[in-house]
Amino acid sequence: MLRVRDLAVGFDTPAGFLRAVDGVSFDVHAGRTLGIVGESGCGKSVTASTVLRLVPRPPGRILGGEVWLGEQDVLTLPSDDLPGIRGNEISMIFQDPMTSLNPVFTVERQLFEVLAMRFGMSRQQAHARSVEMLRTVGIAEPESRLRAYPHELSGGMKQRVMIAMALLCEPRVLIADEPTTALDVTIQAQILHLIKDLQQRTGTAVILITHDMGVVAETCDDVAVMYAGRIVETGGIVEVFDSARHPYTRGLLASIPRRGQGRKAELPTIEGIVPSLTAPIEGCRFAGRCWKRRTLGAADAARCASEDPALRAFAGGEVACHFPVEGTVRPEEMTS
Amino acid sequence: MSDGNGAVPILQVENLKKYYPVRGGVMGRKIGDVRAVDGVSFSVREGETMGLVGESGCGKSTLARALLRLEDPTDGTVLFEGNDIATASKQDLFQLRRDLQIIFQDPYSSLNPRMTVGEIVREPLLVHGVGSKEEQVRKVRDLLETVGLSGDVIERYPHEFSGGQRQRVGIARALALEPKLVVADEPVSALDVSVQSQVLNLMMRLQKERGLTYIFVSHDLSVVEHVSDTLAIMYLGRIVEHGPVDAIYGRPAHPYTRALLEAVPVPDPKQRRVSVPLEGEAPSPVSPPAGCPFHPRCPFAIEACKAAVPALEPVGAKVVDGQAEHFAACIRQGEI
Repeated sequence: MLRVRDLAVGFDTPAGFLRAVDGVSFDVHAGRTLGIVGESGCGKSVTASTVLRLVPRPPGRILGGEVWLGEQDVLTLPSDDLPGIRGNEISMIFQDPMTSLNPVFTVERQLFEVLAMRFGMSRQQAHARSVEMLRTVGIAEPESRLRAYPHELSGGMKQRVMIAMALLCEPRVLIADEPTTALDVTIQAQILHLIKDLQQRTGTAVILITHDMGVVAETCDDVAVMYAGRIVETGGIVEVFDSARHPYTRGLLASIPRRGQGRKAELPTIEGIVPSLTAPIEGCRFAGRCWKRRTLGAADAARCASEDPALRAFAGGEVACHFPVEGTVRPEEMTS
Repeated sequence: MSDGNGAVPILQVENLKKYYPVRGGVMGRKIGDVRAVDGVSFSVREGETMGLVGESGCGKSTLARALLRLEDPTDGTVLFEGNDIATASKQDLFQLRRDLQIIFQDPYSSLNPRMTVGEIVREPLLVHGVGSKEEQVRKVRDLLETVGLSGDVIERYPHEFSGGQRQRVGIARALALEPKLVVADEPVSALDVSVQSQVLNLMMRLQKERGLTYIFVSHDLSVVEHVSDTLAIMYLGRIVEHGPVDAIYGRPAHPYTRALLEAVPVPDPKQRRVSVPLEGEAPSPVSPPAGCPFHPRCPFAIEACKAAVPALEPVGAKVVDGQAEHFAACIRQGEI
């Protein structure tokens, strides 16, 4: 449904040119959900915005790559064609609902504009469809909510209005960037349930961007783990959670507190910080923090510092590591 | 008074209330109250951690602030080692504050950007006139090293640090006066998972070394389970369940606690939930429903639930030294 190839995006910053996304490729298939996970600054949100060409420029610059939606490359389309893609073909849900909602118009007016543009609906038709969709996303008293302005709604309700708006378009691809991060767990569960439900009915391909491994485990079919502007590991959800091959993925999964882990036990951590993306990086981006590298001989460890590992295939996925992890690893081994 | 394990409660809270007036009309007369905290009682034993959980608007942050009298309570008592914080005079409060400190959620806004890290950590020592200048400077270096920052960061400003490092500065500041009780209000919510585990490890280590008592406010149930000994769950200004962590996670007695635990996504794709999530949102604390505040969303509600606010009653038969440990406020807790 959507094929992204060698995407590279950078930003001019006071500290120099920052390569936020540096050669990212992935596919999303109809009716499936791809989770893109990683920590702040890994490039996951920039990747998502680039798919819709929403990166502000300046300071942003798309340095290269292709985003194939069917037979069209979104990155080479004339700007005039973009509004037709956004919303119609690809919709996006953001963490902050006010990114998509206009504070000076009522909910009804905003939903009407979407439906009029997308399906040429009359006001009456749009009203009926909007009421139905608000009810579907779990908003009580939809008639009176339609007359409300965004500021009159609670955070959870604004989020649901934005989701209703995205789903009303019946997009082929839905990109959800931290859609539930600002919400309470019970509301989060409702919204994830809703996205899943609609996906099953319409076959929408979903890209879910999140830092929450629980949310990924619960909702995704495939997962791509990003680190410092690159995908370092990708594969089926069960493979990655059960037998991740990249030392970063292993460390990330180990650092989450889990049920039955032993209360007040020391949690594994990933020491150090993400490298600066304004300077060129030699070798593997994770080498400086890698627990696995510390177990290697001098020659192998030197290879990690000098040679940039490419993604290569293994059973059930791909990993960018010269010395992929195998078997079980005790938490102590990761926190040397 | 002693209880269960022979440990003395360091903090005893009785019927604490914090109401905010709602004003309306042209004269701005008081027309009602927001019952942010509505009659809360609990105790915390020395050296233990009490997790305080609930969703946004449940009153947990207001309660945390009222405990330290950063907000003046409307009614009730907060006994800290026998002294009532709720009614203490200004001078008494000033002395009590040495023993009671707070760590805030947002390490970006809780540190003064115009002060160096050294000045920030030293400020409480200056305010309370602890030690000579040289002693204070030495103490600041020690504190920064204790929280894992090298002593030579004292000349630097908060903006030069990452979120995790800033939270370490916040912890160093909270420890400066060697407090006995630390209220941590969502201390890791703004941090990435790998950094979150570092800060949690630090907090647990400090507790062990210094015998600190924590009140750990969080919406993240996995984190709370990992760090807490006891737990209080709030809904709409009231505690609906209170007791040892293992008892509550093992056999939640209140329907809201159950729903909350079920809503937490598990980071294991082989354990996906199939249950339909709890519906609706928490009602407004300005006009709470009659009877049990949870009854409009509760799958087990019966007519009697609308009649009166249920009191916290002992759960099951586990009694230590004649005192129950696990309490829930639900009239059907035995039968559901």
